[in-house]
Amino acid sequence: MAAGGTAVASRGGAGAAGRDRADRLRRLGREVFRQASAVGISLFGLLAITFFIGRMLPLDPVIAVIGDDAPQSTYDMVYRELGLDRPLWEQFAIYVGKVLRGDFGVALNTSNRVADDLLRVFPATVELATVSIVIGVGLGIPFGVIAAVHRGRMIDHIVRVVGLIGYSAPNFWLGLMGLVVFYATLGWVGGPGRVSVFYIDMIEPRTGFLLIDSLLENEPDVFWSAVEHIILPASILGYSSTAYIARMTRSFMLEQLSQEYVITARVKGLSRARVVWRHAFPNIMVQLVTVIALAYAFLLEGAVLTETVFAWPGFGRYLTLGLLAGDMNVVLACTLIVGLTFIVLNLISDILYHLLDPRTR
Amino acid sequence: MTAEVRTGAPAHGGLRAWLLAETVTSPAQARAQKLYLGWRRFASNPLALIGLGIVVMLILLAIFAPLVATYDPFAQSLERRLLPPSGAHWLGTDELGRDIWSRIAYGARITLMIVLLVALIAAPLGLLIGTVAGYLGGWVDVALMRLVDVFLSFPGLILALAFVAALGSGLENAIIAIALTAWPPIARLARAETLTVRRADYIAAVRLAGASDLRIIVRHIMPICIPSVIIRITLNMAGIILTAAGLGFLGLGAQPPSPEWGAMLSTGRAYMLGSWWLAAMPGIAILVVSLGFNLLGDALRDVLDPRAS
Repeated sequence: MAAGGTAVASRGGAGAAGRDRADRLRRLGREVFRQASAVGISLFGLLAITFFIGRMLPLDPVIAVIGDDAPQSTYDMVYRELGLDRPLWEQFAIYVGKVLRGDFGVALNTSNRVADDLLRVFPATVELATVSIVIGVGLGIPFGVIAAVHRGRMIDHIVRVVGLIGYSAPNFWLGLMGLVVFYATLGWVGGPGRVSVFYIDMIEPRTGFLLIDSLLENEPDVFWSAVEHIILPASILGYSSTAYIARMTRSFMLEQLSQEYVITARVKGLSRARVVWRHAFPNIMVQLVTVIALAYAFLLEGAVLTETVFAWPGFGRYLTLGLLAGDMNVVLACTLIVGLTFIVLNLISDILYHLLDPRTR
Repeated sequence: MTAEVRTGAPAHGGLRAWLLAETVTSPAQARAQKLYLGWRRFASNPLALIGLGIVVMLILLAIFAPLVATYDPFAQSLERRLLPPSGAHWLGTDELGRDIWSRIAYGARITLMIVLLVALIAAPLGLLIGTVAGYLGGWVDVALMRLVDVFLSFPGLILALAFVAALGSGLENAIIAIALTAWPPIARLARAETLTVRRADYIAAVRLAGASDLRIIVRHIMPICIPSVIIRITLNMAGIILTAAGLGFLGLGAQPPSPEWGAMLSTGRAYMLGSWWLAAMPGIAILVVSLGFNLLGDALRDVLDPRAS
């Protein structure tokens, strides 16, 4: 509100351009400061929560390291080594220092450093989530617009019910049923895993995204095998994004269609399609950016269970394997990474919001 | 006006006329009319009625599980293993010869218990934090709302996974973990409600009468927030059910031989290719119940906020 006021006030008059720019810079500076402090506080909270969860363990962390029947002297040594004799705030400071250096400890399952494992598995998840969000945006936006335009008609109800089922179905169950029908019975898609077993480890990871790496190495067979394998999990994850994006698009669109400028445009004799896509739609694009960023973030959550079902070697499966092994290093590192991804996506969507919305310029 | 009419009993013209009368003669009648009109708007939406029907069915199924179950849900029978759905076993049998329909009926009790316990933990917690933050304001408000923001910046399932990993698996810990992730939106809502009433005259009056902050929050602010908190938690129930099923599926929630739907799905997974019904049936149960809560929540939102529809 205040921003809009200054923009209008500084528009007219001689020498307005310079004042305008200074004004804009000042506002930009304030905005950057506000964002930076919000991100800082969120990061601190994130670290505090994971630290707290790590201390919540019912079992003695020392015994977890040395086992039950170690002598008391070993116990005391490890106790000091883990820093458990220091005050709590000092332990927290040590923890923060380690996290900032990217030191999450060693994973029990793989005996690798957790940070290295994460770098290896994360691209697989990003690849899956990206294909899913393309499906979600490609279907969700048109369906949402169509539902809004035909509000209260059959097509609107169908979109609503199909969307609600997408919200309500457990996606790990959809994955299992999809495997039974499309892989085991019909044989239309590839089975579990990222690529057919013949091609595993054939491609040297460059970007980590198999769909891109296989094309870079000119291996079309591997590429098609990867496509076959990604299509089912991505469709299932994409379904829930489609449901969410379609619902939000519909409600944003309804809000625009009730505005007077839409009636004016129609009265002028413009076609309905033109009014919807050229006049109303650009106005909801800014809001949709936020929705898409959020949908992308929620794909990470969906990935945990979907990857488990499809044996997809990504971050979600790494997390569940760590969980089942009782490996807190892995669990906390994954929780931190997800929290961090959420914060970054929120930040990106805020920045895009400012760049795209002409009123904030 | 007799005392009887004032206390709200319909005198003439039947209940309908009383509910639609233009002049209201008692507060009870006004409230009843508001409820009735809300119900009419709710009932005019067929999807809402389907949602309500599903939730009522879940409750009935949970209460009358011993009556509707055709077999003992724990009785194993090795010669009846992996039978497909038939007249004798409506939804088939599992890998130990247990009747799947009977297990799903008993599983409804677990699902309902999870939902209710999570609501009973998360709602008061969120209510307390939200009202305290909203009423006291200042740095208390800033600190508590920052905490809420941090919790909200995690997806619920991941945070619940981390809590269960720390607490250990099992149904009780799963419920605690889900409740710990379910309170922040309620706190935010309760704070917003508190901000709208904290400057009201009646609060000032109570404060002048010497009431303590605690008393004002508990006796005069919380009751105002309770209806919206209840609605909000109903809206979240589908999410709670899906999270619980996900934890069960990963083997972190209810443990076998409990007929929890997510856990049933998890064991059914191993037999999926030969005997699809083991995994399909509990999944359908989860889908239907979560759809029911979503439909109900959608309709409640429409009734309470007509502009949003």
